[in-house]
Amino acid sequence: MIRHLLSGADLDADTATQILDTAAEMATVAGREVKKLPALRGRTVVNLFYEDSTRTRISFEAAAKRLSADVINFSAKGSSVTKGESLKDTALTLQAMGADAVVVRHPASGAPHRLANWVDGSVVNAGDGTHEHPTQALLDAYTMRARLGRLAGLHVAIVGDVLHSRVARSNVLLLSTLGAKVTLVGPPTLIPVDWAARAGAAPAVTDAGPAAGSHPGTDVCYDLDAVLPGVDVVMMLRVQRERMNDSYFPSAREYARRYGLDGPRMRRLPEHAIVMHPGPMNRGMEITPEVADSPRSTIVEQVANGVSVRMAVLYLLLGGNNR
Amino acid sequence: MTAYLIKNVSVVGGAPTDLLIRDGVVAATGSGLTAPDAAVIDGTGLVALPGLVDLHTHLREPGREDAETVESGSRAAALGGYTAVCAMANTSPVADTAGVVEQVWRLGRQAGLVDVQPIGAVTVGLAGERLAELGAMADSAARVRIFSDDGHCVADPKLMRRALEYVKAFDGIIAQHAEEPRLTEGAQMHEGEVSTRLGLTGWPAVAEEAIIARDVLLAEHVGSRLHVCHVSTAGSVEVLRQAKARGVRVTAEVTPHHLLLTDEVVGGRGELASPALSPDWSPTASYDPVFKVNPPLRTGTDVAALRAALAEGVIDIVATDHAPHAVEDKECEWAYARPGMLGLETALSIALDVLGPQWDLIADRMSRTPARIAGLDGHGLDPAPGAPANLTLVDPAARRVIEPTELASRSRNTPYARMTLPGRIVATFLRGEPTVLDGKAVK
Amino acid sequence: MACPPAAHPSPERQPSVKVILASADVQRVVDRIAHQILEKTQGAADTVLLGIPTRGAPLARRLAARISTFEDVDVPVGVLDITLYRDDLRRHATRAVGPTQLPPGGIDGKRVVLVDDVLFSGRTVRAALDALNDVGRPASVQLAVLVDRGHRELPIRADYVGKNIPTALAESVKVTLVETDGADEVRLCGGTR
Ligand SMILES: [Zn+2]
Repeated sequence: MIRHLLSGADLDADTATQILDTAAEMATVAGREVKKLPALRGRTVVNLFYEDSTRTRISFEAAAKRLSADVINFSAKGSSVTKGESLKDTALTLQAMGADAVVVRHPASGAPHRLANWVDGSVVNAGDGTHEHPTQALLDAYTMRARLGRLAGLHVAIVGDVLHSRVARSNVLLLSTLGAKVTLVGPPTLIPVDWAARAGAAPAVTDAGPAAGSHPGTDVCYDLDAVLPGVDVVMMLRVQRERMNDSYFPSAREYARRYGLDGPRMRRLPEHAIVMHPGPMNRGMEITPEVADSPRSTIVEQVANGVSVRMAVLYLLLGGNNR
Repeated sequence: MTAYLIKNVSVVGGAPTDLLIRDGVVAATGSGLTAPDAAVIDGTGLVALPGLVDLHTHLREPGREDAETVESGSRAAALGGYTAVCAMANTSPVADTAGVVEQVWRLGRQAGLVDVQPIGAVTVGLAGERLAELGAMADSAARVRIFSDDGHCVADPKLMRRALEYVKAFDGIIAQHAEEPRLTEGAQMHEGEVSTRLGLTGWPAVAEEAIIARDVLLAEHVGSRLHVCHVSTAGSVEVLRQAKARGVRVTAEVTPHHLLLTDEVVGGRGELASPALSPDWSPTASYDPVFKVNPPLRTGTDVAALRAALAEGVIDIVATDHAPHAVEDKECEWAYARPGMLGLETALSIALDVLGPQWDLIADRMSRTPARIAGLDGHGLDPAPGAPANLTLVDPAARRVIEPTELASRSRNTPYARMTLPGRIVATFLRGEPTVLDGKAVK
Repeated sequence: MACPPAAHPSPERQPSVKVILASADVQRVVDRIAHQILEKTQGAADTVLLGIPTRGAPLARRLAARISTFEDVDVPVGVLDITLYRDDLRRHATRAVGPTQLPPGGIDGKRVVLVDDVLFSGRTVRAALDALNDVGRPASVQLAVLVDRGHRELPIRADYVGKNIPTALAESVKVTLVETDGADEVRLCGGTR
C-alpha cells in the first residue's frame, strides 16, 4: 500500500483501479441520509494550503469529514519572497499536532515531496506548482469511467496550457497507466519541448503510432480540429490570459479561435464523446458557455466525484496500518 | 621558519624524489637529500602538485558570514589542496569598489591559509547598468585583474563590449556568467525531460550558449580576453572550440559538479556520470535543493562532452564555484532554495576521476592555467628549486566517504554526501608554511 | 488463519482439521434456517435479507431462494459491506471496500435479517448494526448465521443458528461455499484434538 500520494506515478494500475472502485462505494454515501462513515474516527487530517483554492480545500475537507476524521485547516498563504515560517518548521508543528495526513497545496513544485521527508504522516499532493495534482487526475479518470464505462482504449485529448498544467501532468501519467491514449493539444509554446520532440509533433495529427517518449500512448498535435473527430474525451485546461503578456500566444482572441472549444467544434466530436474541465473555467477563452453547459459537459459531476475520490484516497492511506 | 624535507615524493607524477622546503621556496630536489634541521614528511606513494588555484570561489564575506567567512573558506580551500582562490564579487556589499576588494584581500592575508585574490564586480551592485570603478579596483592593494558579475550575466551587449575593452588598459579579464536572463526567467533546473516531469521551469542550454557565442564574437571584435565561467553544456563546448580555432582569446572553466552529476538527481534518481565512482550512490529524495545550482546540472550527454573537453583543453580549467549556503536556504522548497554547492574540499577528487592519474594534466587544469589566467605570479609553478613553495601533497590511493559535517566550510551543502571519492590531500604548503598536515588544517 | 484442506481419514497427531458440516449438511442447515425464518416472520412478510460479505452474501441469496421454493414468496436480498465500520481497521493494512447493495425497496420499516457465515466475537455484527443504522431505519433487525462458535465479546446473539460448534479460542472455523470457494463445507482447524 502506498504511504503518500505525491504523483500520478505513485499509482500502478491495480492501486489506481482500487481507488476508483472504492470511490464508487464512497459515492453511494453522498446519496444517503447519513453522509458519514466512521472509518477514520480519531484520525487527524490537516489541510495545509499555501494557495487559495477554496474548491479543492472544501472537497478534501468534505471527504475527510465524511470519513469522520478530524480536520484542521491550516492556511499558510504568503508570498514566496517574504518567508514566514519555513515549510520545515510548519512540518514539525503538524507533526507535533499528530497529523495522520497532510493535504498540501503549494505554489512550489515538489513542496509535498519535501514535506514527506519531514512528517511521519501521509502526504497528499493537492496541487504543487506546475507539477502535479494527482487527485484531480483520479477524479477525472473516475468521471470518464462513470460516463464511458471504461478507461482502457479511450482516446483523451488534453487541450491548452499543458506546459504549466499540473492537471495535465497527472492525467498523462494516470491515463497512460490505465491504458488510455492521450493526445496533447495546444500551441507549441505551451507544450513542453521534450514531449513535443519525442512525440514527433506535426501541424496535423500523425498516424505515427505511440510516441517513443516516457509515456507510451501520449502524442502531441498542434491542430485541435484534426484531433476532435477521433477522441472519446476532450479535456480543456484553464488558460490564463496573462500568458499572452509573456508571448505564449498573441491574444486571447487568437487563442480562443485556434484552441477554444465552441459549439461548432463540439459538434465535430463523436456522438458519445464528453467534455471535461478541471475548473475554474475561463468562459469565452478555452470554452464557450454553450459547451460548458451542454449535456456532454461533465464539469459539475467532476466536482461531486472529487469528494468521492478524495474519500477513497484518504481511506486507502489512513484506513489501515500501512506503516 | 621550519624547513620541511619531503622524502620519496612523486613530483607531478615523476619518479620519487626528495623535496626540501626552506625559507618559503623549494630549496632543493633530488634523491637522498638530508637536512638535519628539517621536519621530515614521508612522501612515499604521494604526489606533489603545484598548489591548486581556484578561479571561482564564493567566500560570502562580507555579508553572509553565517554561511562562510574568508577564514573558513580559506581553510576549506587549503584542505582541498588550494594555495590561492579568487573570491567572487557577489558579497554584501558587492565587491564593486576598491574598499570592498581591499577588505576581502586583507581578510585573506589575516587568515593566511591561501592567497585570496578578490574578483571585482563588472557593474555597480551587479545591476548590469553601469560599469563599476574597474580601474580603481585594479590599482588597489588587491590588484584586481578578474572582473565578474557572477551570479548575474552581463547581459547588455553594449555594456559587455565596453567592459571587455576597458580592462585591456590593465590586462584585465572579464569572467562571464553566461545566462541570457530573458530565457531563464523563473528557471529552476535544466530544461528537458526531467524538468517537464518535475514541473520545474526549465533553464534551456541555449540561454548559456547564446551568450557565449555573443561574447566570443565581442571579445574577438575588440581583441580582449574573455573567461567563461562554469560551462555546462555540450553546445557551449562547440562554441568554444570554434572560437579557439579562430584564435579568440577565450578561456573557460568547468565545475566539478557539472563533470559528475546530471539533472536526473533532481528527480531523486540518477547515477553518477562515472558509475565506477561510488556505484551504490543515489539521491535520497527528489527535489533536494542540495542539487540546485546555477547553471543547473545538465544531461549525461552534456557531462560526457564536458569531461572530454576538459581533457582535450577546449575547457581550460576546473573551477569550483564553491557556493556555501546556510541550512535554511537549502532545507526548503526547491524553488525557494538558493543555487550553489560546496566544492573546494572535493574538487581534486573529481578531477582525479575525470582525468585519471594524468598528473601533468591535473596540474595544468587546476593550478598552472588558472594561475596564468588570474595573473597570480607565485602560483601554478611546479615544485622545482627556487620556486615559491606553494604546493600540495596528494595521496591518490586513498578513498574517503564524504560526510557534510566533517567539512571545514561553515555550510553543509555538498552534493557529494555519502559518496566515496578517490584521493586525499595530505599536506598543503603556502610559501613554505604548512596550512595542512596529515590531512588536517594547521590553523 | 490458513486452514489446510480436510484430510479424511486423519491420523492421530497432526494440525487437526475436522469437517463439521459436509456439503449435504450445509444444504440441510440452510433449509432449516429458511424454514425458521418463515416461521418466525409470518411468511417472510416485510422481510429483507442482507448478507455480510464475503460469505454472508451468497448465504443470503440461498436463503432467499429456499424461502421462495418453500413458500413462493420473493424475499428482497441485499449486501451490506461493513468494512468502513470495523473497529479493527488500524490493526491491518487497509482493507478493500466492497459494494453495499440494498434491495430496490430499501430497508426502511422492514424486518432486516443480517446473514453471516460464522458468529464469533460479535464485532462484525456490531459493525453491521452501525452500518445498517447509517443506510436506513429498519423496523427490526435479526441475525442468521451458519455457525455459532461462541466466545462472544459483545452482548449479541443470533436469531437463527445453523449449527452451534463449541471451540477453543486457538481454533478456527472455516466456512467454504460453492459460490466463493467451489465447495460447501465447514471445518474446524487448529488446536489439539
Ligand atoms: Zn555563476
